[in-house]
Amino acid sequence: MVILNKETMSIIREVDVIPFRNRLKEYAIKVGMSLVNQTKIITAASELARNMLKYANGGKATIEVLSKGRENGIRLIFHDEGPGIPDISLAMKDGYSTGKSMGLGLPGTKRLVSEFSIDSVIGKGTTVTVIKWKNG
Amino acid sequence: MEKIPILRMGNLLLVTIQVDLYDRLAETLEADLVQVIKKTDAQGVLIDISAVSIIDSFMGRIIGNIATMSKIMDAETVVVGMQPAVAITLVELGLPLKGVLTALNVEKGMELLKEKISRKEDNRGESDDGDSE
Repeated sequence: MVILNKETMSIIREVDVIPFRNRLKEYAIKVGMSLVNQTKIITAASELARNMLKYANGGKATIEVLSKGRENGIRLIFHDEGPGIPDISLAMKDGYSTGKSMGLGLPGTKRLVSEFSIDSVIGKGTTVTVIKWKNG
Repeated sequence: MEKIPILRMGNLLLVTIQVDLYDRLAETLEADLVQVIKKTDAQGVLIDISAVSIIDSFMGRIIGNIATMSKIMDAETVVVGMQPAVAITLVELGLPLKGVLTALNVEKGMELLKEKISRKEDNRGESDDGDSE
């Protein structure tokens, strides 16, 4: 797997999500994603960015353009230094939420992307990594 | 502060979302709309989202809330013009927007709203008759 391009943006306030989404859209178009896949990855990014703002007061989001064999894709890494997630399997369950939301954020996001991984250490922070392949 | 305009057309309210939604903007619209329904006695709300390219779980929930609140305020809500990619994404996300009336475009949405409102008035007329007997 080769990383062709990499860009990191800080997401500290709610309005930071909009330029991030726009940048992501540019990359998704460049990679040649269909409109449906563009919409899916941008929606997934929107969910993850909100989680970061809501539970960790923001963090950093990295966009990477990937190439694996003949397939291109985008990897997003959301890293925060928030309180961490005590029970990841519970957080991944549909309908579970500690906040006031519907609890669709993480499980819903997983359905929208090709690969999803989450790494969290209590008191240190959380890193969520997702990949959307061009045709994935 | 940025705001989404709410236009009045007779007994209907027309909201055309032409910008990228972010959380606070959607929340402001939700609060404004209930106020305007109250102030103008509107019976229907038409929300045009044809220019909205991303709806995530938060914004989807706001749309659902708006429909529920309007209903309590005795107004019907129709959401029109959803882009196909947005519809696919919403369903996969797990947010099928149950309980929200939708139509393909503004014209069909208007028809649906007018039909709903006139049916409601008919029903009221009948039950009034019943009471007087």
